[in-house]
Amino acid sequence: MKKTIITVVGKDTVGIIAKVCTYLADNQVNILDITQTILDGYFNMMMITDASACEKTTGEIAEELNTLGEEIGVNIRCQHEDIFNKMHRI
Amino acid sequence: MINMFEVNETNKMIEQENLDVRTITLGISLLDCIDSDLEKVNQKVYNKITGLAKNLVQTGEDISKEYGIPIVNKRISVTPIALIGGAACKTPEDFVTLAKTLDKVAKEVGVNFIGGYSALVSKGMTKADELLIRSIPQALAETERVCSSVNLGSTKTGINMDAVKLMGEMVLATAEATKEDDSLGCAKLVVFCNAPDDNPFMAGAFHGVTEADAIINVGVSGPGVVNYALSQVRGENFEVLCETIKKTAFKITRVGQLVAQEASKRLNVPFGIVDLSLAPTPAIGDSVAQILEEIGLERVGAPGTTAALAMLNDQVKKGGVMASSYVGGLSGAFIPVSEDQGMIDAVNLGALSLEKLEAMTCVCSVGLDMIAIPGDTPATTISGMIADEMAIGMVNQKTTAVRVIPVIGKGVGETVEFGGLLGYAPVMPVNTFRCDDFINRGGRIPAPIHSFKN
Repeated sequence: MKKTIITVVGKDTVGIIAKVCTYLADNQVNILDITQTILDGYFNMMMITDASACEKTTGEIAEELNTLGEEIGVNIRCQHEDIFNKMHRI
Repeated sequence: MINMFEVNETNKMIEQENLDVRTITLGISLLDCIDSDLEKVNQKVYNKITGLAKNLVQTGEDISKEYGIPIVNKRISVTPIALIGGAACKTPEDFVTLAKTLDKVAKEVGVNFIGGYSALVSKGMTKADELLIRSIPQALAETERVCSSVNLGSTKTGINMDAVKLMGEMVLATAEATKEDDSLGCAKLVVFCNAPDDNPFMAGAFHGVTEADAIINVGVSGPGVVNYALSQVRGENFEVLCETIKKTAFKITRVGQLVAQEASKRLNVPFGIVDLSLAPTPAIGDSVAQILEEIGLERVGAPGTTAALAMLNDQVKKGGVMASSYVGGLSGAFIPVSEDQGMIDAVNLGALSLEKLEAMTCVCSVGLDMIAIPGDTPATTISGMIADEMAIGMVNQKTTAVRVIPVIGKGVGETVEFGGLLGYAPVMPVNTFRCDDFINRGGRIPAPIHSFKN
């Protein structure tokens, strides 16, 4: 399974989750887990997703989500989970 | 499962604390390119490097996007050219043609530097070694991306003082040959004692003869991450301080290990080593000097600097060693002057002198690095500085290096601008008492007694 971690950080506004989820659904990316909170007025979300069914590479998804983030006015990153596993798990 | 706190910590390191992988360096052996016909050597070198490195830059960029970690440089190191051109090159100009071929390949495959225009002369020079060394000024003046290094001594062999004398002259000649660009050629030229075969960092990277046909070496960085972590433990004792550096170095190195393994898999080239380094850049907050100041020095160069650096260097290694399956290269904290804003500030304030930097090189990862000195410094004085540094490396069984830039036409107090990652530097004063008679003796300094371990 090709797990990716998507993080969204930025000023809270209507429809952030909706827009991100619509993009993911359109690209056959399955959401496994969502954690979301508002910190000092800032929207903070982390998703663990499975992109095995998606034809695009993680790099391509990351670029498109980044563009989407710019449209909404938030910062969206999409990274292969291994960078976090490597750093935080022995 | 990974939680939000951990994800945020990693991304904060990348976004706010300048965490990056400094370089993926592809080491390539050119031993099978040796030929007595110069044209054939050039053609074989061109073919071999383009064949192996054509996907290097793209692979680096793909990995960078996928994991969301910047990979700043993609580079190539090759077998010391003195060995490769020895059979074909009869003049220094013949060697320059090889430098031009390397430069052309570097531009075509898109790497920003190619290292290995080198000679290993720690005990003696062959005719080819000497021709290559004499070609360095012209080679660096007529190419853009070629880096040159010369190994002048080792703990096992002692110091080749004939070569030390010659390199003092060549450093000055390189400065003269590139004086239109503030003697930039010298930023691409470094001399070593105990040069490692698997160093991924420029200007000293070359692919040692003990290495496989091709290998991936990765250099990590992250002074900003260490600096931030230490700002969270201000006033705590050394135990807490050391633990914090170790944990941070571990995390930084894990990223390097991941990138190295991924690059190795995708390029189908074996993984060599991760170089555990704190490599500063001129960017704000990406400074080794600032870490030392965070540890408790008013300015780097103050009494206590050498001890703080020794501790930092050791903890970085202790934290990093467990994070990677193979560690090598230079590994430790770099203290270049022009590439570190904190060092530049300390020099400008009069806190940091050349002599203190020399003391610091006894305990840091390399040596006198990216230091601008007056353009009228005599060649023998540069040789004297090199000899001192080589002696420190030889006796302490560590790698030491000298990369000084005698800036032609500039004197103490003036500033020289190198641009990009190389930064800018104030011209530092050099001791003006002479050492000509010492340098002109000729011959070599024998290996120290503690090198006889058999």
